[in-house]
Amino acid sequence: MRKQFVATLTELAVTDERVVLLTADLGFMVLEPFAQRHPDRFFNVGVAEANMISLAAGMASEGFIPFCYSIATFASMRGYEQFRNGAVLHELPVRIVGIGGGFAYGSAGFTHHALEDVALMRVQPGVGIVAPADDAQVDRALRDHYARPQPMYLRLAKETESHPELEGHFRWGHLETIGDGDIVIVALGSMTGVALEAHRRLLADGVHTVVAVAASIAPAPTEDLVRLLASKRACITIEDHRPIGGLGSLVAEAIADHGLGVRLIRRGVIDRIGETSGSEEFLRRRNGLDVEGLIAAVREVGLVPA
Amino acid sequence: MTENGNGARSLSSIRVRRSIIDQSKRAHVGHIGSALSITDILVALFAHVLDPAQDVFVLSKGHAALAHYCVMEQMGAISREKLDTYCADDTQLGVHPDHTLPGVRFSTGSLGHGLSLGAGVAFAKRMAARPGRVFVLVSDAELNEGSVWEAFMFAGHHKLDNLCVILDNNGQQALAPTTDVIDLSRIGASVTSLGWECDRVDGHDVDALVGILQAPGTGAPRFVIADTLAGKGVSFMERQVKWHYLPLDEEQYAQAMRELS
Repeated sequence: MRKQFVATLTELAVTDERVVLLTADLGFMVLEPFAQRHPDRFFNVGVAEANMISLAAGMASEGFIPFCYSIATFASMRGYEQFRNGAVLHELPVRIVGIGGGFAYGSAGFTHHALEDVALMRVQPGVGIVAPADDAQVDRALRDHYARPQPMYLRLAKETESHPELEGHFRWGHLETIGDGDIVIVALGSMTGVALEAHRRLLADGVHTVVAVAASIAPAPTEDLVRLLASKRACITIEDHRPIGGLGSLVAEAIADHGLGVRLIRRGVIDRIGETSGSEEFLRRRNGLDVEGLIAAVREVGLVPA
Repeated sequence: MTENGNGARSLSSIRVRRSIIDQSKRAHVGHIGSALSITDILVALFAHVLDPAQDVFVLSKGHAALAHYCVMEQMGAISREKLDTYCADDTQLGVHPDHTLPGVRFSTGSLGHGLSLGAGVAFAKRMAARPGRVFVLVSDAELNEGSVWEAFMFAGHHKLDNLCVILDNNGQQALAPTTDVIDLSRIGASVTSLGWECDRVDGHDVDALVGILQAPGTGAPRFVIADTLAGKGVSFMERQVKWHYLPLDEEQYAQAMRELS
């Protein structure tokens, strides 16, 4: 996904001289295509994320569109106040590109697990939050929205992802839905693979679910959610993120604000601080964020009387 | 010396200081010592150095914004009526500056952001081959913030000679003298070691300030240590830490205005 990001951005920068790529010394074997094609618009600012985010606001105030690249934890938190008082306050087109949402850097340990980045970005007014499901969505979202005037946070996975069911669609402020049924699975972009596999296995057992991919987190896809959930029995949100402040909260707010009667189950990262580390697969499984965990959640909610 | 329009000719440190005392008294708001400390630096910059068409000024020590407002009012950028809304409800003129004001590129108030923002502007200007310099006014205690040093390293490495940082070196921070908190007596050597040119000047000598600030950097960003007194011009405020926060009572107001006549 990060390679797709770089490929698309490199192409966009050919025709738009405002596009600049900054990195806080990360992106080995990833950023080279941009750096080689646009050496005058690629800068490694050093291991200094706070400075990078403010520099970007300064550059944006002169008309540039700076993309600030780092691992999602550092990208979203080291320069958070700089983002708030810079790009957000001055409404400047700074893009924070957080690589490896959730447990993507699994064995690197807690310092590298981005479990609250969506929550942090959601509370800042006017910030667009994009959490694509696959490379095609990265490409679509960037092409259609890279030049929007407001600040943005992009939450990208490390590895290549492809979910042909989405047909590369990405719409600002909307959900992409697959299938139909009485139970809705709302998946943060990064959980799309898990959600679709659970959907397929359940279907084989005669359990019908809708998968709604939430790749556009802000603006929130509230209208789509309300329309989708109004007539459903239950909704399960799944995110590789804390259950507070992220997608689960977003859906809960939509349900509460619109007085919907749908039952909501929020699945997110429930690990306590200080637990052991491991692969992304292991850490997701431990938190019930794997296919089996999601299927179990659907079966459980299916027992709730309508 | 260049002159920046009609407003600039009428800009005088004593009038700006009187205006600071007036507004502080009326609004019953502190940060007087900081505003008096930077008054001569602002007068030098706004009357004689800054080209508003292409230069950018960043008041990184946003808590001294009252001095900037008083300069704006004397130069005609804002009206006296507007200045009189300082710290009132629904005002554009709060304690810290707002980017919707004329000549204010960035809202500030949280210390340590201005240098990175200014470096970003300077860097962008150079990338786009645009003219103009960027002046960032920082406080000494603000240099305690880590991100400032990220920006010092960045600007030095990239030889941003269109960037000039002015240090309001008044030796005081909120609770105590800087020598008791974080001693900055070797600050010039620290910044020079990161690839900056360093100058030192009497921060209350407008002519000397203008001479130093008008000269652009030669292949490196410039760091100007302006030695100042917090509370400059009002005897009972000078070098007194308490005037970082305290507002004025009637008697103090009268004495301050007598001394500034």
